[in-house]
Amino acid sequence: MPQLIRRFRASRPGDPSHVPRIAGSGATHALAWTLGIAVPVVFVGVFFAWPVASIVGRGLFPEGAFDLAGVLEVLGRPRTQRIIGFTIGMAALATLITLVLGMPVAAALSRLRFRGRTVLRAVVLVPFVLPTVVVGIAFRALLRETPLDGTFVAILMALVFFNIAVVARTVGASWESLDPRQEEAARVLGAGPVRVFATITLRRLGPSIAAAASVVFLFCSTAFGTVLVLGGARYATIETEIWLLTTQFLDLRAASVLSIAQLVVIVALLVVTGRIRAKATPEKRSFAPRPPRRHDLPLIAVAVAVGALLVVPLVALVERSLRTRDGYGFGNYLALASTGDRHALAVTAWQALGNSLGFAAAATGVAMLVGLTAAVLLSRTPRSPGARRALDALDGVLMLPLGVSAVTVGFGFLITLNTPPLDLRTSPILVPIAQALVAVPLVVRTLLPVLRSVGSRMRDAAATLGAPPWRVLLTIDLGMSARAALAATGLAFTVALGEFGATTFLSRPDAATLPVIIYRLMGLPGGDNAGMAVAASVVLAAVTVAVVALVERTRVNQVGAF
Amino acid sequence: MQRSTLLAALAASTLLLAGCATPADDGVTLVLVTHDSFALSDGTLEEFTEQTGVRVDVQPGGDAGELVNKLVLTADSPLGDVVFGIDNTFASRAASNGVLEPYVSGDLTDAEAPFLLPEASGGEYLTPIDTGDVCVNVDHRWFAEAGIPEPQTLDDLIDPRYEGLLVVEAANSSSPGLAFLLGTIAAYGDGWYDYWSALIDNDVKVAASWSDAYYVDFSGPSSEGDRPLVVSYASSPPVEVPAGSTGVLLDTCFRQVEYAGVIAGTEHPAEARQLVDFLFSTTVQNDIPENMYVFPVNAQATLPDGWAEYAQIAENPYTIDPAEIDANRERWIQEWAAIVQP
Repeated sequence: MPQLIRRFRASRPGDPSHVPRIAGSGATHALAWTLGIAVPVVFVGVFFAWPVASIVGRGLFPEGAFDLAGVLEVLGRPRTQRIIGFTIGMAALATLITLVLGMPVAAALSRLRFRGRTVLRAVVLVPFVLPTVVVGIAFRALLRETPLDGTFVAILMALVFFNIAVVARTVGASWESLDPRQEEAARVLGAGPVRVFATITLRRLGPSIAAAASVVFLFCSTAFGTVLVLGGARYATIETEIWLLTTQFLDLRAASVLSIAQLVVIVALLVVTGRIRAKATPEKRSFAPRPPRRHDLPLIAVAVAVGALLVVPLVALVERSLRTRDGYGFGNYLALASTGDRHALAVTAWQALGNSLGFAAAATGVAMLVGLTAAVLLSRTPRSPGARRALDALDGVLMLPLGVSAVTVGFGFLITLNTPPLDLRTSPILVPIAQALVAVPLVVRTLLPVLRSVGSRMRDAAATLGAPPWRVLLTIDLGMSARAALAATGLAFTVALGEFGATTFLSRPDAATLPVIIYRLMGLPGGDNAGMAVAASVVLAAVTVAVVALVERTRVNQVGAF
Repeated sequence: MQRSTLLAALAASTLLLAGCATPADDGVTLVLVTHDSFALSDGTLEEFTEQTGVRVDVQPGGDAGELVNKLVLTADSPLGDVVFGIDNTFASRAASNGVLEPYVSGDLTDAEAPFLLPEASGGEYLTPIDTGDVCVNVDHRWFAEAGIPEPQTLDDLIDPRYEGLLVVEAANSSSPGLAFLLGTIAAYGDGWYDYWSALIDNDVKVAASWSDAYYVDFSGPSSEGDRPLVVSYASSPPVEVPAGSTGVLLDTCFRQVEYAGVIAGTEHPAEARQLVDFLFSTTVQNDIPENMYVFPVNAQATLPDGWAEYAQIAENPYTIDPAEIDANRERWIQEWAAIVQP
């Protein structure tokens, strides 16, 4: 560690070979770097790497020795190979479709000012927070009469539905900071829109597209409920298989082999996208959206069409929430003040919403602290190759929680966080921590392209002019990325609000979150429980839209303040 | 100044963490680890505290399988003192992995003897608490309107007359789905492969979860679908509205029994045994049906209104020895998947 810090110091932006040494003592820098590195490393180390390594270790080292024969036996099973292949293929295809459909939305939302933009912005994000159990059932209710029910296509549709938001948000944030004059110049010089897009825009957006693609891929490859419900339990992925092996068969060896497969997939993915992500071009500021022109019409049309596709299942949900035993009405919503039919719940849906908001706020705080620290660190390009490699590794490690099974992490918690002062197995504090684990990579992916684009020259200039490092950090890095930081905050809050997998593993009935009680209500027969579950989902979606709208509003004020 | 505030905040949060980890007062608090469906009315567990001075902290831990596996994995630092929700399909795994203290409530009588487990499958570790049958549920109105007699038995379900009418849950992702599979294995022995092939030929629909099968595919009054036969619980009809609109095919039932036991390594074995006794007492037993949609095992318990009329209990449900289930579960599920999900 000390060696690492020294390398960072020698290679910080104000490198002595270019800039005279300025304010701030060496000790303070070392401390700042140590803290900066410690925050994300300790967080991911304690709450992710250690638990996962322990549970995987139990599977691979059953008697304390590495069980090579066992591992090879699991890998040799045709079922294992088929599942790994299917998972990668499914996730890749879903990612591709999500990108193709999400890019026009990102473009329209970030570059154009048109009526309904705010609505579209919110609509895109709604699916992201809806519980899989409810969306799965809404989708199936729509597809039940069609030949698509229980097919691979139905799974793909739902995966795309859930993940459009990631592309729209991540790519959109970086699109906003692209100087449109380059494209305009090319247009003036006679290049067609397709050529301009392919040769200029796409190239400049490369890093954020790669970032979005890797996040979507990881979400898709670890989808659980979506694959089961829409595929009629006919398709097995690495994630569903780990669940089956761990919770039903207690076959830790096979589960560990599949967890390793997940890790290999993530690392391969990061290596592939890392090359693209590294090629960030310096950009300087955010550009306000402009009114649409005639040639934007196809773009708007596609964006609105995608928005409409997202809306169909949502409308079906709202319709279902208003349907009661005595015809249409607000009965299901009124029931949210109760604990459900025949004591279905320990708390009312409104209390659960309160719990959700509290946990999500705490998770967002943690995710922003860890994610922002990590993003600032990762945006630096140290001169020393060793330090660069260390940063790349940290970048990868932060992405791991997105691609590793919630079951693996949850069972890992059980066997590691079991001795004071870290006896947290039964503590509600694990809920926001688990939510933050999933949110941190999104925060980093949203902030990093923007922070990288700030460019070291501006930091160097500020430092040369005598600004102390904290001031450089505050005014240059954070100042320039304020918009992206707000977008990241909204995204983190949204993820935390909708998180189900880890939350259900950790939450307690008296502090249940809204997605957890929705799941419980969907699991009980008769009466109004199902209607109440759908109404609660609509409330969850509405709260998300409200939160996002609030963040957007703050954004506007923020721009005025600069 | 600022630094001291920060330190104070750190100290406070450390205390908070410590506070979460250990009970604050000197009275005993038992941790009751349960499956996710555990629920009792407000005040029921508080009665235990009034009687004994011992408080109960409920900690849900997944479905029955997940619960047992968690206990096995945390054997060296137990998750709690008492476990409730281990069912007859996972009982033998819990018993053979040494995660339970030998104890069965002394309040059991001969009337509850049928619910006791065999010696080798956890009989000396687990006290039966509730029971529920997984059976095919039928939408009476659908059959009345269609003018077809309702099916009665598992054999009827492969009759071409009932083609395309049944929805079941997948045995590899749903516990009622697994229970139904076990029922067919109990009924047909090795002939269950052929039975399932026949079910497939008769256009059975396989859904991933109970919610999915019941709310999307089933045609009952609170459901959206068009299939009048669904694998569900014997306790589902009493909570349907109007009550009596659905029913149970009593010859298709597989019996599930849920048990409680004292977790090995508890620091409060005496209190833990008291809690197991309390779960078997009529205070809890009378409260079980309306909260967990299953039947109490205690012969002294009284059923709530409507249950006596609409909730039926199979006289001869299918059962399999828990040890046999545990030994074959993985193979059966994989063979089932090969037939149903090729």
